[in-house]
Amino acid sequence: MKKYKNQTLLLLIIALFILPFFLNSYWLDVLTLVLFYVVLTQGLNIVVGYTGLLDLGYAAFFAVGAYTTAILMTTFHWSFWLTLPVAFLFAVIAGVIIGTPTLRLRSDYLAIVTLGFGEIVKILATNLEITGSASGIYGIPRPAIGSYIMSTQKDFYYLILIVAILSIIAVYRLGRSRIGRAWIYIREDEDAAEAMGINRIRLKLLSYASGAVIGSIAGSIFAVKMSAIAPLSFSFLQSVMILLAVVLGGLGSIPGVVIGAVLVIVLPELLRGADDWRHLIFGVSLVAMMIFRPQGIWPSKNGTEDATDMDENGKSNDPNQSMSV
Amino acid sequence: MSLLTVKDLKLQFGGLLAVNDLSFTVEKNSISSIIGPNGAGKTSVFNMITGFYRPTGGEIELDGISLINKKPSQITKLGMARTFQNLRLFPNLSVLDNVKSGMHCRTKQAVWGALFQTKSQQEEERLIEKVALDCIEFVGITKNMKRSAKNLPYGAQRYLEIARALATKPKLLLLDEPAAGLNFEEKQYLIQLIRRIRDEFSITVLMIEHDMALIKEISEHITVIDYGWKIAEGTPEEVLKNEKVIEAYLGKEEVV
Amino acid sequence: MEIIFQILIDGLVIGAFYSLVALGYTMVYGIIKLLNFAHGDLYMMGAFIGFTFLSIFTGDGGVNTGLLGVGIVFIGTMVIVGLLGMGVERIAYRPLLLAPRLSILITAIGVSLSLEYTSMIGWGASYKVYPIILPNDGLQILGTQITFAQIGMILLSALLMLGLRLFIDKTIYGKAMRAIALDQTACSLMGVNVHQIIALTFFIGASLAAGAGIMSGIYYGTINFMMGFIIGLKAFTAAVLGGIGNITGAMLGGLVLGVIEAFGTFYFGGSWKDVLAFGILILFLVFKPTGILGAKEMERM
Repeated sequence: MKKYKNQTLLLLIIALFILPFFLNSYWLDVLTLVLFYVVLTQGLNIVVGYTGLLDLGYAAFFAVGAYTTAILMTTFHWSFWLTLPVAFLFAVIAGVIIGTPTLRLRSDYLAIVTLGFGEIVKILATNLEITGSASGIYGIPRPAIGSYIMSTQKDFYYLILIVAILSIIAVYRLGRSRIGRAWIYIREDEDAAEAMGINRIRLKLLSYASGAVIGSIAGSIFAVKMSAIAPLSFSFLQSVMILLAVVLGGLGSIPGVVIGAVLVIVLPELLRGADDWRHLIFGVSLVAMMIFRPQGIWPSKNGTEDATDMDENGKSNDPNQSMSV
Repeated sequence: MSLLTVKDLKLQFGGLLAVNDLSFTVEKNSISSIIGPNGAGKTSVFNMITGFYRPTGGEIELDGISLINKKPSQITKLGMARTFQNLRLFPNLSVLDNVKSGMHCRTKQAVWGALFQTKSQQEEERLIEKVALDCIEFVGITKNMKRSAKNLPYGAQRYLEIARALATKPKLLLLDEPAAGLNFEEKQYLIQLIRRIRDEFSITVLMIEHDMALIKEISEHITVIDYGWKIAEGTPEEVLKNEKVIEAYLGKEEVV
Repeated sequence: MEIIFQILIDGLVIGAFYSLVALGYTMVYGIIKLLNFAHGDLYMMGAFIGFTFLSIFTGDGGVNTGLLGVGIVFIGTMVIVGLLGMGVERIAYRPLLLAPRLSILITAIGVSLSLEYTSMIGWGASYKVYPIILPNDGLQILGTQITFAQIGMILLSALLMLGLRLFIDKTIYGKAMRAIALDQTACSLMGVNVHQIIALTFFIGASLAAGAGIMSGIYYGTINFMMGFIIGLKAFTAAVLGGIGNITGAMLGGLVLGVIEAFGTFYFGGSWKDVLAFGILILFLVFKPTGILGAKEMERM
């Protein structure tokens, strides 16, 4: 079974690597956007899926990465690759700044405070000179590898594909480590986790910072791919779309979250013409999902193997599985 | 020699004095109990000892180290583990993962080790698994290892909570009403289990319990509190003969 | 001095809108501990439904609608949006009353999106100009021009709040609301129809928001389908400022926030006033989560 699973994964990865040769530029762009969302959702998955902290301002970290790279490359003429560690550092700092005062709050207060922080970041980007005010930053140079300058669609596709694969591996491995388990314990029962010797404040901060770093890397790549960024890309709606992908797919479930990212990006493309309807459809599906299938399309099993006949309620699926806060 | 020393402990909720000038000690390697009528402040005492409540005054020491102003997680690391009156398991996780949580404070792998699957990380994972399996076996729920905690029978959930606490490798184990909701056979099993915890691991046990038969059978030292005051202490025989205790439990008139 | 007084009046008008919206937030939070993210969108719905009524009510786009007409539009809109609020509760929140917090929060975001984009599809994405032009005459007080419209809005808000206060303090329904806030299970055991009272709470909260929506449409002159988002956040800030779950606190919080913002806009410029509000929100949540009037609650395990 496990071997079979690995083969499927390998085939999928190979397919993703050769796919650009068969797609027209429109669908290649869509696929690239999907991969951006895969990275972003993996980052948010750490925070919301593993640790159970509702973050409604996640796009702020995406913005931190994008603006750090854009400013360093345009104003200070840095190489793209050198901006990545700086973006990493800023993301950690931003995560800690947002986290430190707020992580003691109850979950619903936390949600609204992260929303407020997300808006503050957007307002800052809109009003500060260094971030180019409302029009944003344009003319961001292309990154170079040696003497090769990355400029085609395919170049960026492969770049984000590799980052997506790496982020999936990272989030997978974290989830099965001592740290990841501690996050999940906090999600399941914060007080019990603390009683088991888990310093919840420290681990929540780590969760925040880890999610922030992944979001900021996506932002850095986004900046050089688009070569122009504006505050509009980092709005509340962006945060909500990322969250929607995580929730639709299944909180804490890596394959689920990938499926969520695909759905959130590809569905609207298929529904072209019904553009006005897409946010409405998303809103309604969030509600419907929470009522009828809160565990998501591909729920995380948390490593349990419950035989259905042993279930006390005779139900194999607890409607609230993996969603305790 | 005493492992836990509680001195002049006070807890005030607004105007309500929940615990008042409470002092007692728990001897190393003993099985001790705190008893008292409902609302006497027993769980509040546990919550202060384990760092969940901040005492209004007084001193708590574990093995000579003050626990005042320490977080619950720090106190656990110093060697104290607890169970909860109303089970507080990680409901959607497997029995194995529940127990693994106890090893968190005894291990130290961080993000780096997880990302690169370093050798020390893998060794530590094996150790965590081994300790967890041992604890699960010790309380006797091995066959349920992969089931999620919320789907276990009630008794097994109680044992699981104890296994999880044991995995933190405590010096002192606090059990908050461990027999609540158990039937007669399960209680007998629990009595064996508590004895084995003390005898095989040399872990000191302090519990809150309502079941007098159980207390009488395994407890070596009892502290009785009522309305936040200590009203008696001593061996089960001494305490259960004490008039104040009888009065607290039964009321004055009925004693006649 | 005149300027300061002028700012104060502007702040109080905006603050009155915040208060009205904050009331719904705080009532719903007080009774079922739900942060109704969609509440600001009910305010938006109120503005739009009122807009439509005013437009149809008189052939000339409402310009000459009399006071009576406006009154009817107000009441009609408040009832419709109140029912909408009840519908939201019935469809989206009631099935999740016992679900984990995270589920119901996510649902609330879903409801918010649904309302916003229903409005966008129905009325369009562009700004709509409200079909009422306020007369500019008013009183000169302390050298400051205060329009009758401003006075009217402050008075109307005060009236609505007073009505609510009386309703909650004096009626059996108000008593039931306060009781449910304390212990829902005990209430249903005592024969209180908990669902009905929760529905009533949503009705009242939504209609107050709708009233604020129409007033702000008239006051600012334009409306947009996203107008509920920021005011929702501001109203939440106001509710937290006053002590969430506390009715008087929400009223006070709204006025205080409105005035702070008016001064903030004057001294730092309009683009920073939202940062100011969110900054206040965060500071309060972190350092005084019980707000100005909230009682200190002991966290129990």
